[in-house]
Amino acid sequence: MEGIVGYGAYIPRNRITVEEIAKVWGADAPSFKKGLMLDEKSVPSPDQDTITLSVEASKNALKRSQIDPAEIGAVYIGSESHPYAVKPSGTVLAEALGATPEVHNADFEFACKAGTEGMFVAQSLVKAGEIKYGLAVGADTSQGAPGDALEYSTAAGAAAFVFGKENLVARTLETYSFMTDTPDFWRREYQYYPQHAGRFTGHPSYFRHIKGAAQGIMEKAGMKPQDFAYVIFHQPNGKFPFRVGKMLGFEKSQIEPGWLVKTLGNTYSGSSPLGLTSTLDISKPGDKILMVSYGSGAGSDAFIFEVTDRIDEIRDLAPRTRDILDKNKNYISYGVYAKFRKKIRKAE
Amino acid sequence: MSLPSRYWREIPQRYRLEAYKCQNCGAVHFPPRLVCSKCQSRKMEKIRLSGRGQIVSFTIIRVPPHQFEDQAPYAVGLAELEEGIKLTAQIVDCPFEELKTGMKVKVEFRKVFQQGESGILCYGYKFVPE
Amino acid sequence: MRDVAVMGVGMTKWGELWEKSLRNIFVETALQALDDAGIDKIDSMHVGSMSSGLFVGQEHIASLLTDYLGVNPIPCSRVETACASGGLALRTGFMEVACGMSDVVLVGGIEKMTDVSGSEATYALGSAADQEYEGYHGITFPGLYALIAKAHMEKYNTTREQLAQVAVKNHSNGSLNPLAQFPFKVTVDKVLNSVMIADPLRILDCSPITDGAAAAILCPVDMVKQKGKPVIKVTGSGHATDSIALAHRDDITWLEATYQAGKKAYGMADKKPQDIDVLEVHDCFTIAEICVLEALGIVEKGKGGEAVEKGLSSLDGKIPVNTSGGLKAKGHPVGATGIAQVIEIVKQLRGEGEKRQVKDARVGMTQNMGGSGGSTLVHIFEKE
Repeated sequence: MEGIVGYGAYIPRNRITVEEIAKVWGADAPSFKKGLMLDEKSVPSPDQDTITLSVEASKNALKRSQIDPAEIGAVYIGSESHPYAVKPSGTVLAEALGATPEVHNADFEFACKAGTEGMFVAQSLVKAGEIKYGLAVGADTSQGAPGDALEYSTAAGAAAFVFGKENLVARTLETYSFMTDTPDFWRREYQYYPQHAGRFTGHPSYFRHIKGAAQGIMEKAGMKPQDFAYVIFHQPNGKFPFRVGKMLGFEKSQIEPGWLVKTLGNTYSGSSPLGLTSTLDISKPGDKILMVSYGSGAGSDAFIFEVTDRIDEIRDLAPRTRDILDKNKNYISYGVYAKFRKKIRKAE
Repeated sequence: MSLPSRYWREIPQRYRLEAYKCQNCGAVHFPPRLVCSKCQSRKMEKIRLSGRGQIVSFTIIRVPPHQFEDQAPYAVGLAELEEGIKLTAQIVDCPFEELKTGMKVKVEFRKVFQQGESGILCYGYKFVPE
Repeated sequence: MRDVAVMGVGMTKWGELWEKSLRNIFVETALQALDDAGIDKIDSMHVGSMSSGLFVGQEHIASLLTDYLGVNPIPCSRVETACASGGLALRTGFMEVACGMSDVVLVGGIEKMTDVSGSEATYALGSAADQEYEGYHGITFPGLYALIAKAHMEKYNTTREQLAQVAVKNHSNGSLNPLAQFPFKVTVDKVLNSVMIADPLRILDCSPITDGAAAAILCPVDMVKQKGKPVIKVTGSGHATDSIALAHRDDITWLEATYQAGKKAYGMADKKPQDIDVLEVHDCFTIAEICVLEALGIVEKGKGGEAVEKGLSSLDGKIPVNTSGGLKAKGHPVGATGIAQVIEIVKQLRGEGEKRQVKDARVGMTQNMGGSGGSTLVHIFEKE
């Protein structure tokens, strides 16, 4: 049987608070905090991008996998902020890990769903017997337009998973995808910031696809919400995951271990994958976990995992996600944030 | 601006700290060299450095070369690694006032600089506090 | 081997020479050296230049300079070992005369540094470090010497004030040198409050960016005697290398190449450190002078800071160091520095040191260093 052999997370240490951003734009911080259930978000340093975050998350995943990187047969990074418009991110990752040259590589892009796409494909290639191990990373250093509502949530982080057939830390019991053409969020070529469709991103987009994917995979697996120890939904803000969980019949307690958004922000392709690493960190053997991503455009990938005995041996071979998130934070001003994120026009 | 070949050639060292270990005297060489500087042996074995060590000396660069202008001021340190050799790199994720010799560091993968707005992105190792 | 002497020297005022090009700065200086020697014909030329390519986009300067000096078709080589290029030109010329291949050789150094921006100059100078494993990470020359300074301060309790005193002493000497770029005095306070460049080094710990050249005429001792000129012999020459990357040295506070080059020069001249009456060393940064005095055996390891504090290296001290003002006050047109050091020693030994004359100076020494110590040339001169 196939599943996850090792997992790892990485989050930059810089944070900016909702208050700090609201102050600049004259916005009402308390209502943003309450409305979005969001306190602060992570910000990458100028020397961090999707590639560097992917490398660090993958190094943590390799520590827990205890495998030879040369045996990795596929490397996939899913992101909407690949540093190059043309030139793969995954090649850098594969070189940094020592997985080249016998390795398949592709970069995925599908708004916030790209990370789970990589997971889907890596796991499928393992299942098909094409490769021994497959590495999939969801990573982003996403940008919201200055002053836009998205600016309060767009964050940076990465989660990486090694898929294989032996020494599993979590078996994959089921996978499922639910996808339509729903233009709720996009960025045209040569545009710096994405556009979104306001409230249209809610019911016809996020809720419809997550519900469709969650209901579809539970039906396929013959399972119901009570069968799961934990559930992870994509987290564009603090509120949506709880709301969709309630619609589907999940309890708050099933969602909370993977609910990082309040102090992390929306890490886009890293969002539900980081929810999964955080949940694995506290799970017990035998726990069943449902994970449903969401990417604008729009679609959801769903996975059901069952945690194995090996979790107790490997969980502390790399830092836990909550520890990375909560420790060693560095709060920055909007000025520094604007400089870090290249929002200041400089001389040529 | 040089072609990417010059960057590409150093990738094994910069991305994954590949070094040579002399099979005669055991001296570790980073970057790899064809002849051992300790015993002149030419028999080398490829190893990967741990990237963990202690800061031997450091400074804060306030007047940088042009490709680093956006980053200044930044700290650069010399660290002695577990393998007994020294490595030069930036020290990041550490407030300047907390820098000290003897501090334990490990390397992280970071973007070192970029070749303007349209050239290649240059990655490599930087030290972060352990 | 024949005995070799310096027959003539030339150097014009250093600084930001906006009106003058590389070729004209050099030619003016070379003509002065020819006039000083009282000759109009040379057999060959060696010119030190660190980076005419990066500073003015001109390579192949050996032939450019012979052309503009009007001495084609004599042979000329441009030699390079970073900031020690001038010292290397001297040694190359010295060997050529000593072995008898040529009789009259002009050795010179040139750098035209102010036609690029400050950050481009920083980059060009940085190319004397390991570009792939030092420069790649954003370290600069002040940065490399700052690493040495930090380590020296921690290992030997060298103080920030002692570093400043090197600048104070050299500027005091430089204030007596009309050719110096910055002929003014500074105080310890002024050094300690100047702009930080690479902690703990401040702008007044650093040698400046300078346009300038220097030239000297070497010939067999007999020829100088025939002409009735003062006989300043080159009696010792040492040249040594070390890793250009600081990371590859066991102890970054120790300048092994300077030690090795010094040992060769002392041996060849049959002299000891205490025999030296006047000394020009490569104080590209204040910490460098401290480390050099240790490596040359002028003071014990770790005592370089004390030497300046106690006045050992002052103009009226036991061994006056950098009477010219050093690189610090006189300026540091990189490739020219090694030859300018020779000029100061020749003037001192001839008794032409004016207000900065060291009394009864008979034996002088120069130490010229490349990069963070990856190459060093040491020469000993004696008045006959």
